[in-house]
Amino acid sequence: MNDTVTRHDAAQTAEASPIVRLDKVNKHFGNLHVMQEIDLSVAHGEVVVIIGASGSGKSTLIRCVNGLEPFQSGRIEVDGKTLMPNGASGKSLQAVRTEVGMVFQQFNLFPHLSIRDNVTLAPRKVRGMTRQQADATADKLLERVGISDQADKYPTQLSGGQQQRVALARALAMEPRLMLFDEPTSALDPEMIGEVLDAMRELANDGMTMMIVTHEMGFAREVADRVVFVHDGQIVEQGPPDQLFDHPQHERTQAFLSRVLKH
Amino acid sequence: MEFNFQFDWQAAIDSLPFLLKGLPYTLLISFAGLAIGFVVGIVFGLMRIGPTRWLRWPAVVYVEVFRGTPVLVQVLFIFYGLPTLLGGPINALTAGIAAIALNAGAYISEIVRGGVQSIERGQREAGLSLGLSPPQTFRYIIWPQALRRMIPALGNQGIVSIKDTSLFSVIGVGELVRQGQVYIANTFTALEVYFMIALLYLAITLSLSLALSLLERKGLVG
Repeated sequence: MNDTVTRHDAAQTAEASPIVRLDKVNKHFGNLHVMQEIDLSVAHGEVVVIIGASGSGKSTLIRCVNGLEPFQSGRIEVDGKTLMPNGASGKSLQAVRTEVGMVFQQFNLFPHLSIRDNVTLAPRKVRGMTRQQADATADKLLERVGISDQADKYPTQLSGGQQQRVALARALAMEPRLMLFDEPTSALDPEMIGEVLDAMRELANDGMTMMIVTHEMGFAREVADRVVFVHDGQIVEQGPPDQLFDHPQHERTQAFLSRVLKH
Repeated sequence: MEFNFQFDWQAAIDSLPFLLKGLPYTLLISFAGLAIGFVVGIVFGLMRIGPTRWLRWPAVVYVEVFRGTPVLVQVLFIFYGLPTLLGGPINALTAGIAAIALNAGAYISEIVRGGVQSIERGQREAGLSLGLSPPQTFRYIIWPQALRRMIPALGNQGIVSIKDTSLFSVIGVGELVRQGQVYIANTFTALEVYFMIALLYLAITLSLSLALSLLERKGLVG
């Protein structure tokens, strides 16, 4: 019941305030200016796919949203909490991370914990759920991503595709308001990419707000509400997928797409 | 006086009751020293890699000093040297335990540092991204994995330290070697007694190896 109330509130405020807002964010790695005056907003329920070449800064961008990467100037607002430059966010950092889920390229499951414990650890330690409650939630989520019969196994006993679906269930167990995906299928064997994308598609259809960094252009076109093209630490162009893929305005976008869509 | 060039099994067996009186001391110094050394090692190892910059150099100094000087010199310093500073004598057993704790602690802090640093960065990121605090991420995710990787190196250190306690015969702790020396002084059965002492050390170190390999195997299954 609580859940429906918050969702209702979220829908009401969606128009007025985005769930994520990056405001003139700058980040340097030494001499490299990896994020240049980035402005980006994401509305509640929106699916934003970020594309660009390797090293363009697209992963860095979403890693800033949950504070895994510090930035040097500007500000990032996530669900009403503010992340400040140079790691000066204080308590809001953990508060943001509690509400934002993330799926990594390398899965990053905890190898010393069973699949079920991977999913229940954070709900128990952060949300204070009992083991019983957390187990029940975990079993439901594992069923949803199609891993229900593997809950007592350990991560290394699962295929890459299965591991990534567990990672998705693990993030969802915290009931996040926003999900970040950092190249979730890049480390997978080709035959396993589909099952992970299916799980993500389902999540998008359920109305989850998502920011996705991916090289899967077909998936981006199908699922995205908006596609953002990043080049050399700058947002060069953004728009609905049909517009961006079929009629890219900027020559950088055209060059990138002609390279990735050719094969 | 008659010389016996044969290995005299009876003499070896006869020495056992006297030698075994030293066993509790060897075990006490070893395990108390290693237990304290483990705590010391964790503290200094984590200081070395922790977020607080000014805590790093004391950890570096500690490791370099106690890893770079012989444990024999350390125990002599503690037993004969420190009383001059403290104005009172130090119990030989205490000095032995302290020397093992400080010496093993220096090596263990490097083992801890290596173990923790060997855990992939993604593990920490995954923990933090789930809303776990940095200490929770360390406790539930990093440390259990690091500890498992540290077991072989900790086993090595345990064996080295157990053998190091044999040096403490010089400060008069009645451990295995000291007992042996006293016994030989009366019986002149050096061959048999040192052989038995070697066997006793081997029994201790093999037990430790066995226990650790069981622990490791159990740990790998989860």
